[in-house]
Amino acid sequence: MATPTHSIHDVAVIGGGLVGSAIAYGLRDRVQKIAVLDEGDVALRASRGNFGLIWLQSKGYGMGEYSRWTFHSVRQWPRFAAQLQDETGIDVALEQKGGLTPLMGDYETEARLAWMQRLTAQPAVEPYEWKLLDHRQAADLVPGLGKDVTAAIWTPHDGIVNPLKLLRALHTTFHRGGVSYLPHHGVEKIEQIAGVFHLTTPQGTIRAQKIVLAAGLRNQALSEQVNLLLPMAPQRGQIIVLERTRRLLETPMITLRQNDEGSWLVGDSQEDAGYADHVVTLPVLATLADRAVRTLPALKEVRAVRAWSALRVKARDGFPVYEQSATHPGAFVATCHSGVTLAATHALTLAPMIAAGALSAELAPFSTRRFHVQTT
Amino acid sequence: MFRRLDASDGAPAPRTVRITVDGAALDCRDGDSVAAALFAAGITACRDTAVSGVKRGPFCMMGVCYDCLVGIDGRANQQACMTKVREGMAVQRQIGAREVPI
Repeated sequence: MATPTHSIHDVAVIGGGLVGSAIAYGLRDRVQKIAVLDEGDVALRASRGNFGLIWLQSKGYGMGEYSRWTFHSVRQWPRFAAQLQDETGIDVALEQKGGLTPLMGDYETEARLAWMQRLTAQPAVEPYEWKLLDHRQAADLVPGLGKDVTAAIWTPHDGIVNPLKLLRALHTTFHRGGVSYLPHHGVEKIEQIAGVFHLTTPQGTIRAQKIVLAAGLRNQALSEQVNLLLPMAPQRGQIIVLERTRRLLETPMITLRQNDEGSWLVGDSQEDAGYADHVVTLPVLATLADRAVRTLPALKEVRAVRAWSALRVKARDGFPVYEQSATHPGAFVATCHSGVTLAATHALTLAPMIAAGALSAELAPFSTRRFHVQTT
Repeated sequence: MFRRLDASDGAPAPRTVRITVDGAALDCRDGDSVAAALFAAGITACRDTAVSGVKRGPFCMMGVCYDCLVGIDGRANQQACMTKVREGMAVQRQIGAREVPI
């Protein structure tokens, strides 16, 4: 049952992608009236263009707390996926059987190994198992591995999910009660009047006691309105999709995975392309395809059926941002690149904090204070 | 279900091309796509889907829907609507997702 929009919501979540949806999902047990305000079909939608990894090994270089937060979410994922399946009947195809970063040649291997050693040596990183595998060890996990893959970084904690099924499962819970999903409600203006937030949208004003800014790259402009400085730096990724085949790849790689239904995704390009998510470019696609075929030569015979671009939601330093506005209490901002990996902890850990009205001290490193120019 | 439109007056009679469908001989009209030849022979389902294994046949007939996938001369997942019949061509029903031999 949809909540009438003229009443005051307990919480309005701005953003119906994976971050906003996971938070709204987690709020349901603690908050009565929740609205999720989304844009329309034409929007920057990282949640519909991503690769769907649940990934630990690449996270937190330069901010160990991000690694720790990620590890926390990775361990919550089995419970989160089971809850979603119980509630919606949708299997989000979670697999956490370990994952690989394939490395080609000594230069890549030495650089990545040193990078992993520095990352995991940071004091805030919670230690986890990882290894540098040689070609033979990696080939035990990936039948048909190309000879160009001379080494790989492996952890048992990495995995995959079907990100579209995840988004659908979260939205399915909204229809079943407790959350009003409001598309075409892109927020233009935020005001707090006598403690109540007034959100101006093309469909009229939405009022709420608390708000969560989970609008991806739009968070930079929205955060300014609650006096938070959040410089965003979109990073474009291009993905090639190959036709469905029988399941072959059981151990996902950061650049290549096979979905539960058989499709292959080839990705992990990284470009500064502004906000241009409507084009793909041949040089990048050719590089992705070449590397995929060197990784798994059998893919040479498998046809590409689609390609697309999407923009990673990244703050300027690449790390998540969680903060409550000091000048607009009750306004929370949540922004991160890893809306899939962190979905479990957004639902099970972050949402209860927002419901309670305060973020815990462990989230202090993720505040926007790190972007401030020091005055002393 | 499908029938050919009458040939225009004066057009030469098209040549016949013989292919096999799952091993059975089928005479087709030269110039037809594999999908058109299957329809003309009353074969409306050419594959079982990769995920749920249900029957599918040619739908868009113009190369975008990928519902007409068949094996052709040993190559899996070929688009029947985008491939013209050739003498001696061996067409196989596509059963589920294709294999990737390693």
